[in-house]
Amino acid sequence: MMEFINFYLIPGITLGSIYALGAVGVSMIFGILRFAHFAHGDLMTTGAYIALMLVWVLGVSPLVAMPIAMAGTAIVALLLDRLFYRPLRELPTIYTVIASFGVALILRSLIQVLWGTEAHVYSPGFQKPLIFFDSLRIASRHIQIISTTLAIAVALHFFLKHSRLGRSMRAVSDDPELARIAGIRTERVIAFTWITGACLAAMAGIFVGLDTDVHTNLGWNMLLPMFAAALLGGIGKPMGAIAGGLIIGIAEELVSYPVLGVSLLSPSYKSAVAFIIMLVLLIFRPQGLFKGRLLQ
Amino acid sequence: MTADGLFFYFVAFMTMGGIYAILCLALNMQWGFGGLFNAGIAGFYAVGAYTGAILTSARSASHVGGFDLPIVVGLIVAGILSGLVGWAIARICVRLKADYLAMASIGIAEIIRLIVVNEEWLTNGSLGIAGIPRPLEKLFNGREAELVFVVFVWILVAVTYLVAQRLRVSPWGRVMRAIRDNDVAAASIGKDIQRFQTETFIVGAVFMGIAGALSAHYFKFFSPDATEPLLVTFLTWVMLIAGGSGNNRGAIAGALIIWAIWSLTEMLTNQLPTEWATRSAYIRMLLIGLFLQFVLQRFRSGLVPEKPPELRPR
Amino acid sequence: MNTPVLVIENLTAGYGTTAIVHDVNVTLQEREIAVIVGPNGAGKSTLLKAVFGLNNCFSGDILYRGSSILKTGTANLVPMGISAVPQSGNVFPSLSVTENLEIGTYARAPKNKAHTMARILSLFPDLKDKLKQDAGELSGGQRQMLAIARALMSEPQLLLLDEPTAGLSPAFLEIIFDLILEIRSTGLSILMVEQNARQALRIADTGYVLVNGENAYTGSGTELLANDEVRRSFLGGQARLKSKQSDSDSP
Repeated sequence: MMEFINFYLIPGITLGSIYALGAVGVSMIFGILRFAHFAHGDLMTTGAYIALMLVWVLGVSPLVAMPIAMAGTAIVALLLDRLFYRPLRELPTIYTVIASFGVALILRSLIQVLWGTEAHVYSPGFQKPLIFFDSLRIASRHIQIISTTLAIAVALHFFLKHSRLGRSMRAVSDDPELARIAGIRTERVIAFTWITGACLAAMAGIFVGLDTDVHTNLGWNMLLPMFAAALLGGIGKPMGAIAGGLIIGIAEELVSYPVLGVSLLSPSYKSAVAFIIMLVLLIFRPQGLFKGRLLQ
Repeated sequence: MTADGLFFYFVAFMTMGGIYAILCLALNMQWGFGGLFNAGIAGFYAVGAYTGAILTSARSASHVGGFDLPIVVGLIVAGILSGLVGWAIARICVRLKADYLAMASIGIAEIIRLIVVNEEWLTNGSLGIAGIPRPLEKLFNGREAELVFVVFVWILVAVTYLVAQRLRVSPWGRVMRAIRDNDVAAASIGKDIQRFQTETFIVGAVFMGIAGALSAHYFKFFSPDATEPLLVTFLTWVMLIAGGSGNNRGAIAGALIIWAIWSLTEMLTNQLPTEWATRSAYIRMLLIGLFLQFVLQRFRSGLVPEKPPELRPR
Repeated sequence: MNTPVLVIENLTAGYGTTAIVHDVNVTLQEREIAVIVGPNGAGKSTLLKAVFGLNNCFSGDILYRGSSILKTGTANLVPMGISAVPQSGNVFPSLSVTENLEIGTYARAPKNKAHTMARILSLFPDLKDKLKQDAGELSGGQRQMLAIARALMSEPQLLLLDEPTAGLSPAFLEIIFDLILEIRSTGLSILMVEQNARQALRIADTGYVLVNGENAYTGSGTELLANDEVRRSFLGGQARLKSKQSDSDSP
């Protein structure tokens, strides 16, 4: 039992938290700008590398570097929107999807040119896990990741429900034209969507680095589970995306847990889980679990 | 370089250029006529490449097959299998906004990659499959064989072109191109359109599989590292957008021009000082990524803009 | 004479490069109700959308209190005191009724929000006990009320209504027309497009009959109702209980 919790459930929640942070941005961008942002994974990578640079140059811990990396990634996202997405805003959104596919490549190759392709760690050495009740072992990084995500989820809930900007975001996501008619400045809402999405993506990227290592494919590899999580939660429902991320993260770890000596799926097929969930959703419930919208 | 060397450089260029032309025509069927976004071209390409490789290579102890079958059989089966994958994914996704298909196709490419890497009994894992034959190998060898192969590739380009032209002038092809740029209208037309879209997606997938099999024959060896999956997908997209989506001749021209630019950037980055040389591949990717953005914003209709086919009286 | 609230001057407008209304003139005086009626596809909604910057104007001008708003941009009109209620999709379905009303105050905050909210809810008593519900769960008539209420939350001076009775039952129809009169009595000027021409002209100070995108008849509501030609061509066939559903005008 403790083995299940220590080696499957907790890593699953950790991974799920990381997916959740990324999926919030994917879901918001899909809801408000109405396109699947293929470069979102690479925004994560960007955040992770900015933090890596700060760790190298300033010698600070990655958690201290995090706010600066988030700000940096937000600026990158706003620039990308300005240069590559906004000029296509009046066209069918599929052109923006193509552009974002290209942006994913641009970001990644830029990182590869600047930092090379080797994997790096923020701080070398083995971290001893904390032990509770004699047998519950949690690495402190897992505690950091899970508790930060929890705090973000609570903050996001209040922001969307009670702040002016949060409500405006939900309104634009519901109906962009009506939002304009009601006098909402959609460009400001869009800018804020990028800032939130990018900050959370940077956070997720740094968490991947803390949990494993920083490498140039870090974010791209997470794109599929993040899409699946956003679909699971219902497009335009950031809180749903958080739940979706957790479900997918936990599912990915649990499928390799041996029940009666047999595991459902070999660990090398872990990343297939997200795809299978996505396909099942698209067939049976494309609007997601939580009453999200199906974009046409 | 001697004139002879230059000529065979050109032959090699035309061979890969031709394979990309097939990919680009196939993508044009899916996107240009069907309005379907496929972000997993590499997946269909890999299905074709491995099918061709396993069926036509000599018997091997390290993986299933090879079956030593004729190349034509390999090509056909490669097309069929790739088409089946396309059918499955299209059935699920055509009724949804194009973005959903984009996400699902990225997924299918990822699953295929996982299978290729993990199922060693089938694909020999990362070691790859060797001894893949080329057509008429026994009759010609050396440089003659290169010439035979380039002709073989371009015969298939012609076949792909003819199929694509038929789709283009079909009644549904006309309707689709009219509404491709308006997904709201597409959603309102309904089931028949979805059937046509599914068909274009399948036919496109078939030819992507064939292109994959062709490159396996050309490389004579295929492994997960033989191609960078994202590069295949991405280059094909750049080629189609630059060439002019919806236009088959544009698709071929786009494939050749972009393949030429891509090959040229290799020469340029080879001039870089050695400390940069290792990163040259990434600089090239960066440049082609920027090039796509440029084309999307300034030359959206492509180098050879789309012209609606003339209505011919029946 | 005072400057009119709204003047549409020789306006030619439409979608993309296609003009749908040609050289249309409309004048709306302070505290008046102007109604635009006409057959399906006459360009009524197109005209209203043009005022709100939602389509392309090719020539002519639109003046709000004497200054042109052709290039003002949709989102900037609410702060100037102009509110619009589109015909369909006019509430935010996943937001609660309260939130929908709150959205109405973001671009132009009323002096005393609680007071305004109370006043508006007294106009729409149906909404009072549904405040926490999502707007998507409301009935068609309730949605229409919420949409008008949302538009009023910014305390506008000019209200644009696009077929406020479309798809509503006859019972609701009466309620909505009464409401419009009541709203006008609080000092607003109202420009509306209506399919139920007879009832609409009855409450109109000025009526405009639009045919094929052009002004066909203009006059006071009673004049138009009395005009034989108008009656025969545009009002004759319309039974009192006619429930015409949609007229989107869009191509």
